[in-house]
Amino acid sequence: MTTSTAPSKRGKRYTPDSHSFPTRPYDLLKEMVIASVILLLLALALAAGFGSLDEKSITLQDWAKATPFDVVATATGELAGTTTSAGYGPPYNNASEGQKLGPLALQKWGGIRIPVDSAQDLVLTPLENGTTDTALKAALAAWEAGTADQQTAWATAYSDALAATPDGDPATVASGDYGPVPVLASSFLTLANAGGLEQLISPNFYGGDRTKQLLLLSDGSYLSDQARARSLGGDQWGMMNEAGNYPGQVWLGMMTFWYQIPAIGGSSNGDALVWGATTIIVLGFLFLPFLPGLRAIPEKIPVYKLVWRDYYRRQKNNK
Amino acid sequence: MVSPGRTSWTAWARYRITHTVPEGQWLPDRQPAYVASWIYVFGMATLVSLFIVIGSGVVLALGGSEWWHTSNVGHYVNSVHLWSVEIFFAVMAIHLWGKFWMAAWRGGRALTWMTGMVALLAAVGTGFTGYLSQTNFDSQWIGAQAKDGLNSVGLGAWFNALNPAAALTLHIVVLPLAVGVIVIMHIILVRRHGVVPPIGAEEPTS
Repeated sequence: MTTSTAPSKRGKRYTPDSHSFPTRPYDLLKEMVIASVILLLLALALAAGFGSLDEKSITLQDWAKATPFDVVATATGELAGTTTSAGYGPPYNNASEGQKLGPLALQKWGGIRIPVDSAQDLVLTPLENGTTDTALKAALAAWEAGTADQQTAWATAYSDALAATPDGDPATVASGDYGPVPVLASSFLTLANAGGLEQLISPNFYGGDRTKQLLLLSDGSYLSDQARARSLGGDQWGMMNEAGNYPGQVWLGMMTFWYQIPAIGGSSNGDALVWGATTIIVLGFLFLPFLPGLRAIPEKIPVYKLVWRDYYRRQKNNK
Repeated sequence: MVSPGRTSWTAWARYRITHTVPEGQWLPDRQPAYVASWIYVFGMATLVSLFIVIGSGVVLALGGSEWWHTSNVGHYVNSVHLWSVEIFFAVMAIHLWGKFWMAAWRGGRALTWMTGMVALLAAVGTGFTGYLSQTNFDSQWIGAQAKDGLNSVGLGAWFNALNPAAALTLHIVVLPLAVGVIVIMHIILVRRHGVVPPIGAEEPTS
């Protein structure tokens, strides 16, 4: 079937109705079935050949056995209010305003919808739930009897003393006025070592929400050390990486890229800045059909001539 | 057929359903002659890989969220799910860039392009919640990191990346439903407007 084209009278950007063009036979269902079979076989083969990564989750007991001094330092930091979660801000507490995107305090505006008191919820509650030891009961009572300033002073002094030791070993801490904190911290380590600390933090037959457990684990250094050893740090393209050679969330590359720029990734508002930059790009793609200049790029760089090379050749021959 | 009056919702719905896509275009057995490139295959490849993702996900759901940790069969099904997701995103990326270089939003197809982009974003969210739902080291670390990103713009107050139960329900119900609805809208628009003609093409005269 030969067809000619009428001279356009509707301007350069006019696109004719696709239903007015000459057609050729096509079998949509056949294409679907063939594509399904090929891609299913490909997925089955890749799964058989490479499998999928499944590293066991880190329990609080694993953490205690691997780096006991980190557990003691973290528990002390929770009591002192110096850990990441204790000073986080929304949605957990009001210890800070959180990150801002320019003048927009979006984190603050989100509100405190998942309240977490790091000292009480992550350390004292599991100690209270797990205690049968009289020394621990006495330490908890002493802690409760102290004023807020006294509690902070005890925990801060002990935290500093731990940090002053070569490896954070509580046995080598210089003597000082730490109140009940050394007993609380060492008891916390004992509970963690025994296993089941997760359950003491959230006494619930069913699991489900693991917010507090993960905040506690994240406050220590063990989790991040394990991740960085697998090249999963934020500045290691970790947001889209997977441990080993497995493909991760490659599609998050557009966000991950911004974390590699020190001015953004290292900023105290880095996460918000990454969201801002990514949102601009996403909106640019979404509304591309309406953006003069950008929408004309495909016409300037004629990749389309490869796609429709048969059509253009026929048109040329017809002329 | 003339447009229905305003008295019957049913007649209006029937008219919309039967006239949204031109007759014969739901399951076409012919297509414009200019559709002659392998790049067109990737739209169909995206759709069928989504079917494989959903199918392998349904089998995983039958076994439960931790089945794949303890069963070789479960682990294999999880592997099929993972690789079908990787294939899905790969062919979708090729499909998207193909459509970009064709400027496929021309001729009143802006909404087709936009629904495709929204489908991609919904799929990214679905993939992300899947990674959070793995109940292993990976999901611990991804959750610990992602919470900072989500919290920084206030989203963490509404979606808690440290709650794998919430992530799982979003992953297997809410977000797949969103992806499915948007993909259906996208396909309806594709069938309604047809495949975009070549750049510079003019109205054919037989």
